[in-house]
Amino acid sequence: MDDLIADFVAECREMLESLGGEIVAWEAAPEDRARLDSIFRFVHTVKGNCGFFDFPRLETLSHAAEDALADVRAGRRQADPQLVSAVLAIIDRIGEMIEVIGAGEKLPDGDDHDLIAALQPGAEGPAVAAPAALVGERTAASAAPRTIRLSVELLDRVMSGVSDMVLARNELARRLRDSEVEVTVDSAFERLSGIIAEMRDAITRTRMQRIENLFVGLPRMVRDLSAELGKQVMVDIEGGDVELDREMIEMIRDPLTHIVRNAVDHGIEKPADRLKASKREIGLLTVSARQSGNQILIDICDDGRGIDGQRLVDKAVAAGIIDKDAAARLSKAEQFALMFEAGLSTAAQVTSISGRGVGMDVVRSNIERIGGIVEVDSKPGAGSRMTLRVPLTLTIIPALTVSIGNQHFAIPRSAIEEIVRANGESVTLSQVGGAGVATIRGRRVPEVALADILGLPSSLGDAERTLIVLKPAGGDVFALAVDKVHDHEELVVKPAAPAVMATGLYAGTTLADDGSPILLFDAGGLARVGGVKLENHERGSRIVDANAATGQHAATPVLLFRTLEGQRRAVRLGLVDRIEEVPASALHWGAGQLRVQLGEAILPLAGLDRVPDDGGKVRLFRLSDGHAEVGLAFAEVIDMAELDETVLPAATAGEVEGVTLIGGEPAELVDVHWLFARLGGGAATQDRTMVCRLPSDDPWMQHMLRPIVEAAGYRVVSGESEEEADLVIAAKGQPLPANDEGARTIWLRAEPDARKNDKSIYRYDRAGLMMALTAAGGTK
Amino acid sequence: MNELLLVVTIAGQRVALPAASVESVVELDALIPVPRAAPHVAGLSALRSRVLTVIDCRRALALGSSDVGSGLCEAAVVEIEGHHYALIVDSVEDVVEAIADPVPVRAAMGPGWEHVSVGLVETEEGALLLIDVGALVEGVEAKAA
Repeated sequence: MDDLIADFVAECREMLESLGGEIVAWEAAPEDRARLDSIFRFVHTVKGNCGFFDFPRLETLSHAAEDALADVRAGRRQADPQLVSAVLAIIDRIGEMIEVIGAGEKLPDGDDHDLIAALQPGAEGPAVAAPAALVGERTAASAAPRTIRLSVELLDRVMSGVSDMVLARNELARRLRDSEVEVTVDSAFERLSGIIAEMRDAITRTRMQRIENLFVGLPRMVRDLSAELGKQVMVDIEGGDVELDREMIEMIRDPLTHIVRNAVDHGIEKPADRLKASKREIGLLTVSARQSGNQILIDICDDGRGIDGQRLVDKAVAAGIIDKDAAARLSKAEQFALMFEAGLSTAAQVTSISGRGVGMDVVRSNIERIGGIVEVDSKPGAGSRMTLRVPLTLTIIPALTVSIGNQHFAIPRSAIEEIVRANGESVTLSQVGGAGVATIRGRRVPEVALADILGLPSSLGDAERTLIVLKPAGGDVFALAVDKVHDHEELVVKPAAPAVMATGLYAGTTLADDGSPILLFDAGGLARVGGVKLENHERGSRIVDANAATGQHAATPVLLFRTLEGQRRAVRLGLVDRIEEVPASALHWGAGQLRVQLGEAILPLAGLDRVPDDGGKVRLFRLSDGHAEVGLAFAEVIDMAELDETVLPAATAGEVEGVTLIGGEPAELVDVHWLFARLGGGAATQDRTMVCRLPSDDPWMQHMLRPIVEAAGYRVVSGESEEEADLVIAAKGQPLPANDEGARTIWLRAEPDARKNDKSIYRYDRAGLMMALTAAGGTK
Repeated sequence: MNELLLVVTIAGQRVALPAASVESVVELDALIPVPRAAPHVAGLSALRSRVLTVIDCRRALALGSSDVGSGLCEAAVVEIEGHHYALIVDSVEDVVEAIADPVPVRAAMGPGWEHVSVGLVETEEGALLLIDVGALVEGVEAKAA
């Protein structure tokens, strides 16, 4: 967090510095639109960041200034000298506060109403910088940070110098091997060698950052945001280990933040609306980074309501951005592209989070400035996807080197799923209509030989090769047969010449340690050239809806977290209703058990054995088994993960069910069953609602019957659900979906007329149905 | 100030490259082939820590191919749009000064030469065909495709 604040302060300082000139110029010519825009963007950025860092004073100030400036931008107000001075006073105050934050001090409470009031049209003379009380006895010179800013060009020069040095060392090493030298020379050379390697490492790192640094703040931001908006959003982050130029990361930070905010604010619906649209009430936001070709792709997907292209068009016409005729001819993609026009917003109302029509234009200009592209795709009702494509200059990626004949190639590790021997026990190769198919542990994947793709001669037979299972960005897996697999290496990838890129096979070039060039493959390109059909599959629904996950590889999604004692544990995601944060005052002892109050409900609380003394906040998972709820306190959420390793059961029953490997490290799996058995039983404070089971594969039941059953006060569970139901409704002649002891059954028949002794109800006999529903409810 | 020209031989012909665009002249040894690339892309080579895309000028002009397999061959290194290329030539001869601006060639040349020609420049060593390096890198076959 401190890092982020330091970044924020540095960014604000920089912007303030560059704004200095603009402000003066704007004062001289208030009608200058470009100046107005850049000042507006400054306050907008400050506002955005404040929401994240919890600096309410800063936020109020910047929000007020933004409001006033937005009015000017929209032409609702003239920029008169009085407004200009009021805005300038606010910017000055923001500057002071940023210095206070930068000095690591707490922002004192204070009153900014005078400044905000001065913004009002017709307000009395501006509150000319009566120096804010907040400065106080602050130390005069702000302590200089132990960092310097370097131009990237200089770093580039140093970097290429170091690369040359490595090559010169290699050359020297070869010469030394060929000639007789003294041992002392050798050891001196070894030392030099080590130093050069270290230096190369360091200089490389100066430019590179894991994109994780960019992602790490997102879960918290989304959490706060969704709490504020009364929504429930789960964030799934992937590909944090992709490394990207530091400069590039900085350029992406704001656009990414903005897009994520937009997705939560406008994309994902409120839980009630989601349920109505028969979606899970928890929205899923997926942020993933991966490399494709010579670009890094950052996808931000949500499963919200999607983008209304027509609304965008209407707005654009209303705002005079395009004329009606042009609007009618727009394709879907062009409609979406309208959102990047300045001054357009589809939000029905302006919130403090987003929706002022500023932002998306800034997002696009920021991305384009670094040679990237923003793409939008959306399905109404099913969600939207934003893709940031940024170039991969000077990107270090881990890669696997392979060879055909005697030529080496590299394959990005991010695309590799697994490596198997073609003659291994679990693998069979076969030919289907001339195309290769590999069956790997029962999974059938297309197989192509790299030698064939490249048209290179290879002396190896199919069975002697090694299969590399690749998963290109956004596509399905295929197996690539290579002659030999060599080594994992970290490679500095440089873009290749157009003539080389034209093949579509390569992502770039790189230099091996001996200085010879190596071509880096693009997994998607290999598949295309090899004739493998890649089917895009939706990743969005995969994790949350475990019920819908079909196929053999149904890994259980889990939430990896750290307990207050610091253990690494995991809890099955499906059981986590939501994450809450409560003040310590909401915790208390009652009936021999620590309990937490959440709104109207009082839940038994696990994961904590006493009320914390420091009075801080406690975060907890709200676990639900359907009727009872239990709280589980934790320190921090680490990640979402999938449970695919075997679980070693614990020796004795308790809070922990067993130990498993998640992300290569052991984690304890929380035994929720035990928690409920011990705590949940008598403690349920929510009214027990009746549960009705409907077959999930019957569309009529799901769409027509379900609302009626729900209206009658039942909670509907699907056919496969583990939960015990009080009532089962099934179509006549169909088997019951599950054994529910003591549950009543209502049979529905499709034909209006009943046969003799038939207790079933005609399915459109609403009155009969309601009676049966009420009767079933009354027996409990 | 007249333009300096690098005189090279390609497919037995003495032609001129604008010296300003040539960074250096190198001798290439082993080339790394680029499978599936256009035929005039002879491969990749490394010059210091940079990757050079090696262009076989004969192939680029559709005049047969240079013998790149056996040992060293001479090449002129040029930079185009941030990428470095090595142009394989038969030999590099000299740097001369252009006496006049290039004039269009009116005689009928082969399609390869036609594609890369800027015009005829007068030098102290007689008239030389001035080559457009960008067009040479593009290759006549790739252009036709």
